[in-house]
Amino acid sequence: MNEFLEFIENNLQITYILILAIFVGVEVIKSIPAVLHTPLMSGANALSGVVIVGAILVMLHADPTDYIALSLGFVAVVLGVLNVVGGFAVTDRMLQMFKRKK
Amino acid sequence: MGILLNIIYLIATVTFVVGLKMLGHPETAKKGNLIAAAGMGLAIVGTIFVHEQQVSPIIYILIGAAILIGSIIGWLIAIKVEMTKMPELVSLFNGFGGASAALIGLVEYGKNVNNATQSTTIVSGIIIGAITFSGSLIAWGKLNGSLKSVVRIPYYNIINNITIIGIIIFAAFMVATGVDSQLVLYALLATGLIYGILFVLPIGGADMPVVISLLNSLTGIAAAITGILYNNMVMLVGGILVGSAGIILTVAMCKAMNRTLGSVIFGAFGGAAATAGENKALGSIKSTTASDAAIMMNYANNVVIVPGYGLAVAQAQHVIHELEELLTKRGVNVKYAIHPVAGRMPGHMNVLLAESNVEYNMLVEMEDINPQFSNTDIVLVVGANDVVNPAAHNNPASPIYGMPILDVENAKHIIVNKRSMNAGYAGIENELFYNTKTSMLFGDAKAALTDLVAEMKKIQ
Repeated sequence: MNEFLEFIENNLQITYILILAIFVGVEVIKSIPAVLHTPLMSGANALSGVVIVGAILVMLHADPTDYIALSLGFVAVVLGVLNVVGGFAVTDRMLQMFKRKK
Repeated sequence: MGILLNIIYLIATVTFVVGLKMLGHPETAKKGNLIAAAGMGLAIVGTIFVHEQQVSPIIYILIGAAILIGSIIGWLIAIKVEMTKMPELVSLFNGFGGASAALIGLVEYGKNVNNATQSTTIVSGIIIGAITFSGSLIAWGKLNGSLKSVVRIPYYNIINNITIIGIIIFAAFMVATGVDSQLVLYALLATGLIYGILFVLPIGGADMPVVISLLNSLTGIAAAITGILYNNMVMLVGGILVGSAGIILTVAMCKAMNRTLGSVIFGAFGGAAATAGENKALGSIKSTTASDAAIMMNYANNVVIVPGYGLAVAQAQHVIHELEELLTKRGVNVKYAIHPVAGRMPGHMNVLLAESNVEYNMLVEMEDINPQFSNTDIVLVVGANDVVNPAAHNNPASPIYGMPILDVENAKHIIVNKRSMNAGYAGIENELFYNTKTSMLFGDAKAALTDLVAEMKKIQ
């Protein structure tokens, strides 16, 4: 418990951002028409690929001779990019079908 | 970290919020997706090029190669996949994101063993990443049919509890002792992976969309945790956004299926379904032919089409559009009734019909179409089953009891196209087929509808 309070005190800014971001996420998603649930889920899935930034940081911080870190980081970057590029591309494909016709 | 990179991250974060918001409206959705994608690209480029430490060129080459490989594969999968395969693809991509988070944790653990806060975030990242990875792969397997819809494991509860205890013990050990043990690290990873499998395996195929949405939310949380580790705002905010948005979406999906999140996770939908109402004589069925059905529909005033996943599987969305155009030309008032969970995910059917150029305003949602069924002459049910099963209203023993359904039995006549008399995705018998107002048009959806269109053209 003490450590938990200590963490909050040391990371007050992060704690605030974290809690406010939860509310932003909820508000942004509220009252979405069911039609858009699938593209939205796909788009959100692409966004969760933001973990790629961490994977790139792993590689940037790695010692060029630390092969384990480099290869794990390499795989992490490949998988992260797959998530991001595939996710956005497939969402775009889905949304292309919502063209308005007169 | 320089101020320039922080500004880049700030811009990227704003694009995520704006993009997600725009994704919620049909007119702006496409643009919103592109804005978020641009922000993501900016964050990636910024991370690689804007920093202060010295990095050896070989690492740049490796990063570049990794990004190139991932982009090409991701792009190819995305443009090649059939729209009916969408749900499992989202699940697969989501699993990759989770795996990425777990791998980051594996690398970072050794460097941070002595710092309790850091090792807590790393350990949580590994656990959540591993669970999402293996869980998503199981969901993927269930949706593409390579795994059985419902899998029963002997001693499930005991194995499950042992796994959870294992995760807690390994995690507590790593954080509390600060021992840099590769053995414990990989044991934690393994138990996380096993738990992901155990978590998804017993959940019935019909509930998979909810599970995918939940796992998607978890990947966001894993990204946010990694963001705390690196004190990186774009990961933190982006991850939390997906995390909380994913939970809201999950709850919305549960509501559409009249299920609570708890019953999806802890109650076995498919298990109860297999025994409910089986071997019960429900009366006799009446089958019809394409030419009879064509005549009936041709002289009807109001026709409502109820498309289900069977339509998508048979790739019949183009033929049904042709049929609908033909009927409209003959003065028949045609509408599509869209159940919120038609297809495999909420909104999936809308995507499929939009693909075959069906007019947006012909798709009517459940609440709006239900009162109109009593004025409908003919309902054509194509490849849908559970969403039109009256058991949801009148059989408290049925596992789908209470689920909102399309009240097609109120129509004057019902034509059901089905491949065979097999039960639906949830494995439940459907008494609608035995209704005296119902005629069955057996056959593959595409073949049957093509016949129907041909017969319709013969009538002048």
